Amino acid sequence: MSAAVYRAGALGRSLETAGAWLLGALWILPLAYAFWTAFHPPEFSTRFVLDAPVTLENFDRAWHAAPFARYFLNTVLLCAMILAGQLVLCTLAAYAFARFEFPGRALLLALVLLQLMVMPDVLIVENYRTMSALGLRDTIVAIGLPYMASAFGIFLLRQTFKTVPPELDEAARVEGCSPLQVLWKVYVPLARPAYIAYALVSVSYHWNNFLWPLIITNSVESRPLTVGLQIFSATDQGIDWSIITAATLLTTAPLLVAFLLYQKQFVQSFMRAGIK
Amino acid sequence: MRRGTQWVHGWLLLLPAAALLALFTHYPIVATLWQSFHSTARAGRGSTYVGIDNYRALLDDPIFWQSLSNNLWYAAVTIPLSIALALLMACWVNGKIPGRALLRLAYFTPTILPMIAVANIWLFFYTPEYGLLERFTTMLGLPTHNWLGSKNTALSCLMAVAVWKEAGFFMIFYLAALQQMSPQLAEAAAIEGASRWYFFRRVTFPLLMPTTLFVLVNAVINAFRLVDHVVVMTRGGPDNATELLLYYIYEIGFRFWDPAYAATLTIVLLTILGVAALAQFGFIERRVHYR
Repeated sequence: MSAAVYRAGALGRSLETAGAWLLGALWILPLAYAFWTAFHPPEFSTRFVLDAPVTLENFDRAWHAAPFARYFLNTVLLCAMILAGQLVLCTLAAYAFARFEFPGRALLLALVLLQLMVMPDVLIVENYRTMSALGLRDTIVAIGLPYMASAFGIFLLRQTFKTVPPELDEAARVEGCSPLQVLWKVYVPLARPAYIAYALVSVSYHWNNFLWPLIITNSVESRPLTVGLQIFSATDQGIDWSIITAATLLTTAPLLVAFLLYQKQFVQSFMRAGIK
Repeated sequence: MRRGTQWVHGWLLLLPAAALLALFTHYPIVATLWQSFHSTARAGRGSTYVGIDNYRALLDDPIFWQSLSNNLWYAAVTIPLSIALALLMACWVNGKIPGRALLRLAYFTPTILPMIAVANIWLFFYTPEYGLLERFTTMLGLPTHNWLGSKNTALSCLMAVAVWKEAGFFMIFYLAALQQMSPQLAEAAAIEGASRWYFFRRVTFPLLMPTTLFVLVNAVINAFRLVDHVVVMTRGGPDNATELLLYYIYEIGFRFWDPAYAATLTIVLLTILGVAALAQFGFIERRVHYR
């Protein structure tokens, strides 16, 4: 809606501004509440007085109450492994779909796109059985494997590769580059923004993923943060909200900080991922 | 390049991704269907073909019907509400509103937080007596109420969390589409004397239709795919009031260890997603055509 032309009257405008801010406040409220509780001693967790002392003790207690360091390591490993696998597999597949003619291409693309609808999140029962058969249950690899051939990544990169002028491709071939060299020297560098966008979306997705890791893991050595947090808040702590909110903020902190620092990049990435 | 070489290269490039997709998407779909016609292997007795017995059990299972109806209600409320809010948010932060950057941040932040973490925060929010919501309602002189513990309000509480989490995500797509719209449209409409609401209804909204479809499909998938908050907040209770389909599958499959019946339930879920898929494929086709 073009604000330049359609200026509402003064009253209408202030009403709208008020509405927008009210909604904004409502949206930030649960988070603000969590911050308050986490940074103040437990007796102030539901008492909002301005002179409440600020403390980091809740974070300290949370950090030592469960193996969060190990959970962090697991999540980082998991995200890195999934992303690495996705980048390689999706790049190759997207290149095939964008620039190669072969029988069955349309059918195969349709089979790939099926995963946009039927994500591994839904096929938990059978995938659990497969992982058991492969002897991979309770490993970080098992959490990541179903997500590595990502239809979303293949589709996004395919659309991007298709915008590369064929002349560049041909020029590289005339110079004697093999198909893989062309991919590496022409397509990958030109698709950089798409890769960044995809990486951000992928990492935030898998940092946050919960149900499948909950099912397939069963030990501290393989559990990611989300599952660790759930076990911690559901069983270990009773209902000590200060420590639970502290742990909650702790586990989301890296993503939240990264988001606040690279806000524009994040928003643009999500946008780009949606438009393609 | 010769045609034969093209073929081989294409297939080879596709092979690794195709193998993993086949193993973790296509095979499980087929295996689920197969499993739904067999019994669960129990001690001393293997899995045997049972025909449509599992489906008969499904039809007689009141919890299944409840979870299906809960899930449909959940979808019917959260999808339109989060899309409408997303559109409203996008229009606001696309215009010249004071504090635009901060508002955008406020709206979008829930999107990047894990559902499991925000569910914890909301759980605290809803806590009887201590929770912020309770403090607010007692301030207004309302009687105390166990929001998550009551059959009448528990599902609505989960819906609120979902809308809160999703609206900002969908806003981004509307924002992207709004920014691509030509300002000349609004100028022309203003010269013609069209009101702002009329312009939105007749020009902006129709032009946003592809975005709305895209968002809609995503919203449908998420309404059936995301049950993290059920695990944290209610575990399907009280009295199955917040039992959603995927959560019920999880319970049957991994707490009652009945994979055959879980597979049967999964088939229902896949059918729902399949309908959404057909809609999406029609939609992708159209997009590719005018590209």
